[in-house]
Amino acid sequence: MSKDLRITNSKFIDQTSRISFKFDGKNLYGFKGDTLASALLANNIHLVGRSFKYHRPRGIMACGSEEPNAIVQVGNDTSMTEPNTRATEIELYEGLEASSQNCWPSVNFDLGAVNNFFSPLIPAAFYYKTFMWPANFWKLYEYFIRKSAGLGKSPTEPDKDIYDHRYLHCDVLIVGGGISGIMAAKTAAKNNLNTVLIDDKNILGGTTLFQENECFKINNSYSNEWLKKEIESLNSLKNLTIKTRTSLAAYHSYNYLLARENLTDHLDLDEKKNKIRQRLWKIRAKKVIIATGAMERPLIFNNNDRPGVILSSSIKKYIDFYGVKCGQKISLFTNNDSAYETAISLNKCGVSVNSVVDIRDKTNSLIVKHAEKLGIKVHWKSTVVNTNGYKKINSIEIMKLSDDGTNVIEKKINEECDCLGISGGWTPRVHLFTQSGGKLKFRDEDNVFVPDKSDLDQISIGSCNGDFGLDDVIKNTVNLINKFLKINNNDYENLEIISSKEIDKKNIWLLPSDKPLGKTKPFLDFQNDSTANDIKLALREGFKSIEHVKRYTTTGMATDQGKLSNMHALGIIAETAGVKMGELGTTTFRPPYTPLTFGAIVGRNVGEFFDITRKTPMHDWHVENKAEFENVGQWKRAWYYPKDNENMHEAVQRESKAARDSAGILDASTLGKIDIQGSDASEFLNRVYTNAWSKLEIGKCRYGLMLNEDGMVYDDGVTTRLSENHYLMTTTTGGAANVLSKLEDYLQTEWPELDVYLTSVTDHYGTVSICGPNSKKILSKVIPDLDLSDKEFPHMTFKSVLIDNIKCRVMRISFTGEHSYEINIQSSYAKSVWEKCFKAGKEFNITPYGTETMHLLRAEKGFIIAGQDTDGTMTPIDLQMDWIISKKKYDFIGKRSLYRSDTIREDRKQLVGLLTDDPNEILEEGAQIVAETDKQPVEMLGHVTSSYFSPNLNKSIALAVVKNGKKLMGQKLFVPMKNKTINVTITDTVFLDKENKRLNA
Amino acid sequence: MFLINCPYCGERDQSEFSAGGEAHIIRPKQPTELSDDQWAEYLFMRKNIKGIQFERWNHAHGCRKWFNMVRDTSNDKIHAVYKMGEKPPIK
Ligand SMILES: [Zn+2]
Repeated sequence: MSKDLRITNSKFIDQTSRISFKFDGKNLYGFKGDTLASALLANNIHLVGRSFKYHRPRGIMACGSEEPNAIVQVGNDTSMTEPNTRATEIELYEGLEASSQNCWPSVNFDLGAVNNFFSPLIPAAFYYKTFMWPANFWKLYEYFIRKSAGLGKSPTEPDKDIYDHRYLHCDVLIVGGGISGIMAAKTAAKNNLNTVLIDDKNILGGTTLFQENECFKINNSYSNEWLKKEIESLNSLKNLTIKTRTSLAAYHSYNYLLARENLTDHLDLDEKKNKIRQRLWKIRAKKVIIATGAMERPLIFNNNDRPGVILSSSIKKYIDFYGVKCGQKISLFTNNDSAYETAISLNKCGVSVNSVVDIRDKTNSLIVKHAEKLGIKVHWKSTVVNTNGYKKINSIEIMKLSDDGTNVIEKKINEECDCLGISGGWTPRVHLFTQSGGKLKFRDEDNVFVPDKSDLDQISIGSCNGDFGLDDVIKNTVNLINKFLKINNNDYENLEIISSKEIDKKNIWLLPSDKPLGKTKPFLDFQNDSTANDIKLALREGFKSIEHVKRYTTTGMATDQGKLSNMHALGIIAETAGVKMGELGTTTFRPPYTPLTFGAIVGRNVGEFFDITRKTPMHDWHVENKAEFENVGQWKRAWYYPKDNENMHEAVQRESKAARDSAGILDASTLGKIDIQGSDASEFLNRVYTNAWSKLEIGKCRYGLMLNEDGMVYDDGVTTRLSENHYLMTTTTGGAANVLSKLEDYLQTEWPELDVYLTSVTDHYGTVSICGPNSKKILSKVIPDLDLSDKEFPHMTFKSVLIDNIKCRVMRISFTGEHSYEINIQSSYAKSVWEKCFKAGKEFNITPYGTETMHLLRAEKGFIIAGQDTDGTMTPIDLQMDWIISKKKYDFIGKRSLYRSDTIREDRKQLVGLLTDDPNEILEEGAQIVAETDKQPVEMLGHVTSSYFSPNLNKSIALAVVKNGKKLMGQKLFVPMKNKTINVTITDTVFLDKENKRLNA
Repeated sequence: MFLINCPYCGERDQSEFSAGGEAHIIRPKQPTELSDDQWAEYLFMRKNIKGIQFERWNHAHGCRKWFNMVRDTSNDKIHAVYKMGEKPPIK
């Protein structure tokens, strides 16, 4: 550490506790209380990165979240490193390792810097214009652009840190713990409001905390001393919660806000372990007070980007707060009074101030007079026209301004310096206000956008509301809070305030130079490397809207969202185009205010907590029996059960054959089940299904098809009449939740007169499905008392029975075309019934099969799967299921749509069967179907929806939707694939057992 | 993120609700007697107003009840919520 850069009287730095850290591989030291930026400056390191486009050396420019240049990579472990963090916001900790980004091979010697010499060739939108064509060259361009641009490196391993989410409800949320925020917090808490105050720094107080200047006094104390006492008094307030190191990320409607609290980022490396790193607070506040302060603006002039050019107020914070001198010979350049505060602070700490260059005519405010009394030299009505030095500024060139401010005149003065503080005035931080939907208004006198109208219960106070003088801040804050919180007496009403008042104001967005504009580099957006020239070029090329100019030049599009550049971009556009700034509007600020880690966004929802996993009661059995699983919605379903070294195809062929030859067993527990009760239950089913339900006898089952009101098939399933007014409906696995909510919708909104109640019982029952010619024998072993004769228990009926004294429902229904039973039993007993059936079936070689075999078996029978063979554009007629549409019913959901002009078209896509000429050729699901092979382009007639090799038919079978398919029966068509064309023939959809003999086998 | 006052449960976070489009579109009692155009009017045509809009909402992750809402789509201000079958409290 350079001893001569650190003064010893800072109250905020603990100089007894030394912290070692590494930057770009070099071992360095700082103190507790430092940020990485302040520690680097104390080590005389300004150069921290290279600019994005031209690779110009860039240094630390600010002291907070608006920092555009000091963007660093934290951590040297490539698996866990974090890119794009701001050195100005990283609190120094023991073991910190950081490095520059966007430079290769090193920040001091950067190959990309040749771009700087070619920079006249890289104007705005250079990348768009040059690399547009030919398109396939883009791969090449991209490689080089990425390598030389580089916005840090992503970690290669999953984040090991723990993140958390929590909710917070309060009466008043105050964002920003500067002087106005503290006044608001104290007032609110004292008035019995549950108050939360958050601030992104580790300590409250904002800039007033280190404002020890005779020109700013409250009740005869320095403003910082007064504020310190106020902060101490907050501790005794019961209603107040203070959260430091907490930055507000997003402000949404209805006062819903997201804030990120840093819990361990500032801790030493070995103290971080096993602790929650960051917590995302989801805040719902009745009232919000925004007290986010203001940002200093830079000034736009030639070569204003050299390392050592720093915002004047940041230089002040580095000396007053961190005790760090940004240079030994500092010059200041300003258009307002605040640079004089910096000059006085530097002077007090024994840093020589070369001069203040001020674009204004001589002004006589309290603070300027005070500075001049201290012997600080001022160049009035002057501007800096250039800076010199490559990796660090070493001198500035000063010239007088013409009366109208558009030209420079007289002789150029050279002034040596190692640091230049710049101040272009202040920009209220209105980001959160606009995020919340608030509208801004432009204030001409000092060129700021200030909050105007908002629909939410909120106010902005302090400098984010456009009050920059200490007396204005206090007086207006008191008035606004009193009104907002509806209170009458306020502790702060009669304070005695001394505050220097700015008298003269002058602003020039783009300062004139002695060189023509094309030969200068006046940077606007330091992070994205765009200059005032780029903006002017965009305007010459015809761009008018600020949003377009922004995107074309990339101004304000970097990770800082143009915090420092937006106002100047607007100003230069307005000036060049000759319109008033207020009429131009602003760009929209979007959340997050500062970048959030992905960890904070996802919180605990990672790994097994990423999404809910639903498992059937028999899940463990499937695992023990080596099932492979597939995800169906949130369900884990057994997909197939490979034996020995079987692949999926082999397993499915074996399972399918076993199910038809002897017996198969399937876990059907995931099917959606809805319990329907009420005196109008039958009428209700009549209205929601296409077929008739009134005459269904108690104890019988019926297959139903449900349409949307547009006539398209929505879901299907078997519904059983359990008693007079009681039905059990089954739905597809994936459709269960949607079907229930659709039915509820109709019940509550269209047919409130129906006496019907719906309950989801999907999870209540496990379902064991046994199919195959031996299923009857197996069931008779499991339930010996039950008469399984076709007369007593025919197909499509149900019985209520006891298995081991446990009530269960047995349905004789079939999705495979085989003689088959489904046992529904309370979930907790389902696994034992499954095992019982399996044991009883052993002698018949009962074979567990998964969803893949189930799909194959039903395809052999031509049964559809809603969602696979249908896609929301298929009517029952398209599916050749005309038989299920009741002709007698006056109405049901979707009925009227079945004879709209579009749905009665004959050339709609219709469901058909497909057989390949080569029986061993299996079609790909999704493959397109055409009628001609020698034409291009050729009309796509449809596509394959289901395709399998059937071991029972010993040939490939498929279902497809084909335009006018019903009329094309027997027609030869083609399925063109990448390397060949497959010949197919259109057939009936039922491939096996057309007479349904097997159902009663 | 809205704060929605469910007429049955009170104020809850928007994440508990799902939106169901324009309100007060009554399903025709005799669909079969409608022309294609009349049926299409019911089936497809929605206003999507910038300003005061009457909408259906469902407290999907709560009481599962459907209700109506008067919302200004230009600023997301909810002017009223009311039960199904009730007349809108605002014109
Ligand atoms: Zn509710």
